[in-house]
Amino acid sequence: MSIIAPGTPVPEFSLERESGETFTREDLLGKTTVLVFYPYAFSRVCTDQLQVYEEALEDFAAQGATLYGVSTDAHHSQTAFKEKLGVSIEQLSDFEPKGATAKAFGAYFEPRGCTNRAIVIVGPDGVVRWSHLADSLGDLPGVGLIFDGLAATAVS
Amino acid sequence: MTDLRSAPVPPLRDDDHVRGPQHAALVFFYADFTCPRCAVEALRLRDEDARVVFRHFALKTRHARSVALAHAAEAAARQGVFWPFHDSLYDDQGLIDDPHLWARIRTLGLDLDRFEADRRDPAIADRVRADVRDALKAGATTTPAIFSDPAVRGARTGKG
Repeated sequence: MSIIAPGTPVPEFSLERESGETFTREDLLGKTTVLVFYPYAFSRVCTDQLQVYEEALEDFAAQGATLYGVSTDAHHSQTAFKEKLGVSIEQLSDFEPKGATAKAFGAYFEPRGCTNRAIVIVGPDGVVRWSHLADSLGDLPGVGLIFDGLAATAVS
Repeated sequence: MTDLRSAPVPPLRDDDHVRGPQHAALVFFYADFTCPRCAVEALRLRDEDARVVFRHFALKTRHARSVALAHAAEAAARQGVFWPFHDSLYDDQGLIDDPHLWARIRTLGLDLDRFEADRRDPAIADRVRADVRDALKAGATTTPAIFSDPAVRGARTGKG
């Protein structure tokens, strides 16, 4: 499965917010969005990932970018994960139908039945500007890499 | 606009905390004093006789005392005892509240009033924050993040 390519309009999708409300393509319009697909709430690498990204949230905001965490965990689990970590990154659940959004973005890992570790930057027009699929579930993209993606987006 | 784009670890600075044999290769150790993995690695590096450069990778959400201990270590450094304080913290990570820090400071024979003032100095907070940002730019994704010199473009970090 290939990660969605830059220049591709974001497909229709539906995720569940922590509140239980729906998050769709319409919610991406008018701002730069960084979708952080991660495999499992409470796993060690995903814990590191969200805590490290949280450290840079003000910097992402300064770039006009909003981060969301996306996984196939139920939104109750995601909320518990977020509270346990003490992070503020909003979580979006791809629980039912399981992984449907991740599959549409090319960010689903079939062998484990979970969200792959991937980053997708979407422009205010709803078009993918930059994407990255990690080499493995344990390979964590650093903050610098995402900022490289944002910088490339800014000049393209 | 803030910029956290990828960048190599900054080279050795005059104000870095460094110890180990002069002939040994530099190891840049970005770490957190509350982190057990960091304590294990710090001990290993000490036993390996590596020439270690300690820099802070104290994440706000990792532990309630992560940032406070980083500031405390910098305050101890102003009285010339960064490494004894470093070793003291890693030797016992169960005693890290303020009264425990005061006890460590007294044991090391330091000026407690100065320590208390120094660890609240905004310049110390700025230094710690700068270390964290350098680590983020260099690709650090967990604690500790260890970079070798001169090949400082990739972190040797744990994966789980």
